[in-house]
Order: sequence, then C-alpha cells, then structure tokens
Amino acid sequence: MNCKQNNNRGGWVKYPLLLFSMGMMAYGFIRQEHLTVLKKAITICLECIGVG
Amino acid sequence: MKKTEKRRHIIQLIVAIVTNGYLIGFMQGKIQTGGQKFVCVPGLNCYSCPGAIGACPIGALQAVLGDRKFQFSYYVFGFLLFVSVLLGRVVCGFLCPFGFLQDLLYKIKSPKIKVPVKLDKGLRYLKYVMLAVPVIVLPIFLANPFGIAPPYFCQYICPAGTLEGGIPLMLKNESLREMIGWLFSWKMFLLILTIVSSILICRPFCKYVCPLGAFYGLFQRFSFYHMEVDASRCDHCGACEKICPMGVEVTKNINSPECIRCGQCKSVCHTDAISAGFVLGCGGSCKTCKKEKEA
Repeated sequence: MNCKQNNNRGGWVKYPLLLFSMGMMAYGFIRQEHLTVLKKAITICLECIGVG
Repeated sequence: MKKTEKRRHIIQLIVAIVTNGYLIGFMQGKIQTGGQKFVCVPGLNCYSCPGAIGACPIGALQAVLGDRKFQFSYYVFGFLLFVSVLLGRVVCGFLCPFGFLQDLLYKIKSPKIKVPVKLDKGLRYLKYVMLAVPVIVLPIFLANPFGIAPPYFCQYICPAGTLEGGIPLMLKNESLREMIGWLFSWKMFLLILTIVSSILICRPFCKYVCPLGAFYGLFQRFSFYHMEVDASRCDHCGACEKICPMGVEVTKNINSPECIRCGQCKSVCHTDAISAGFVLGCGGSCKTCKKEKEA
C-alpha cells in the first residue's frame, strides 16, 4: 500500500506503542501479575457465572 | 453468502473451538486448570467456560486491579495495547467467540431494527463508560474490607460468562445449582436480552456494551492492520456504507473505532477502491510521503 487516500494518522507512532506495550507486559510479568490472572482463571469465578 | 464472509466465519469458528478446546471440561462440568491460563486470549471469552484454555482479558484486568497487591495492571494493559496496536478491532471481526455468536444470531430470518441515528450515536459511548467504570474504576476504588474487589463487569453485566460458564457448569453441578439466586436470574435476563437484540440488531453487544471492543477501538488508527479508501477510484456509490454492519462512514473514516474489520465493504466495492492489510511503514502520513503525493 503506497500513499493513497490516507485515513491513518498514526504513522510511525505504532512502533513506540508496540515497544511500550511489550515493556508493560514484561514489567507486569516481573511484578508477578500473571500469577493473579492465573489464580483467577483456574478457579471457577462465581461472580462471572452469576452465583457469586 | 459471499466468499469473504464465509471465510471469516470459518476463521471465527476455528478460533472459538481452539480457545474453548478443553472438551473434557464440558463433559465433567469442570474448568481447565492448566498453568498456561495466565495467557489472555484476544477476544471476550470467559475463563470460567469449561472449555476455556486461556484467560479473558477483561476478567483478567479486573482480577489484577481488584487484587490488594496491585493498583494497576501493567501485564493486562500491556497485552491489550499490544493486541490493539497489532490488530485493532480485527479481533472483534475474526477472533471473538461472542462476536461470532452475534453474527450467527443476526442471520436468523426476522424483521431487523434500524436504531435511530441519534440514539445509536449516544449508545455507542456506553461501551467506553463500561470500560472506565465497572472494569477499571470500581475494582480499584470499591474493594471489600480485605482490599479485594469483585469483577464488577463480569458479575453484573457480562452475558458471555452466563452463556459460556454459567449454563454449562450449572447443568453439570448440583452444588452450583443450589447457589442460584437473584444474580443468576438478572444475568439470565441480560443474556436473553442480548440474544434477542442480536437477532434484531447487528452486533448490539459489540456496538454498545463491550469494553474490550472499546479499548481496541481507541488504538485502531495506530494499528498495523490498516484500511484505506483510494479517493481517485471511489465513485461514491455508497454500497460500502450500506453493507457495513457497524454503520461506519467508510468513505469518510474507514479507520473509525467502530470498524470491526469484517471486510464486507471491501468485498462489495466494485471499483476496488478499498484496500486492507498490514502496513509496516508510516501509512502515508510522514512528510516525505506527503511531499511525494503532492508532487
């Protein structure tokens, strides 16, 4: 896709955003947030299914 | 049904099966407890579904924000941003099982409702409220005395949890059936409302309620997956805007936060003015490209 009608104002911003998102994930991983996610995901969430 | 639409539905079906592939769970009325479940799936898919092999990003976000150890979730926000920047709302069009269900329901032959433009425009903001209030703000600020907050969106609003998790688990577990109360009735009401409205209106949950779609939509214009309209080819026949299930003004704002990238506009365009794909460069917005275009 070359320069046609351009509707995307993002341009190069996507690259720093992508790097930033990966950095955030890595930092969250270091903080062990994923363990909280895992703990929630492997037990039946009573609130989610409507009885909690 | 057009070829592109058929292909999209096949992809949606495969994704729905793969992300809910733990069949033993459905048979035994248990959920999968594998260590891989810390990984979020891109679409709205309840982790309490017996077949789920990954975590729902909206549920995961509320779980971390509602945990007394954390005030912010770098892990889940990072994941959501990563998916947004890579794909945008391609997830809604191709990778979300709940979106797929709504697509199927809308195919049921019945009179269809066209929501008045003003009401439709106003309701579209509701999903951002959903993202901000029950998903982010309430789990941070409204915790119990132990510092733990419930997943408010999942608990009081999300019909996906009732359908994917609640019903299959209730069918197999007597102990869970005994716990049924007003909350389950409320959630069943919301589920029935969602199902009925999905038959009459195209993707009402995605348009008005889904906080995940709201987040992905926010970063759509920065996404690697990009659509554009070639103004020199477009003859303004209006076919693209007529067929768009999300009511996007395709010729004016094809990268709108509302576009779910289903590609129906592209397939109906008789002048091939619409293109879609991954753009690695600037997408024509840098100074060099603008100069070239002017030349």
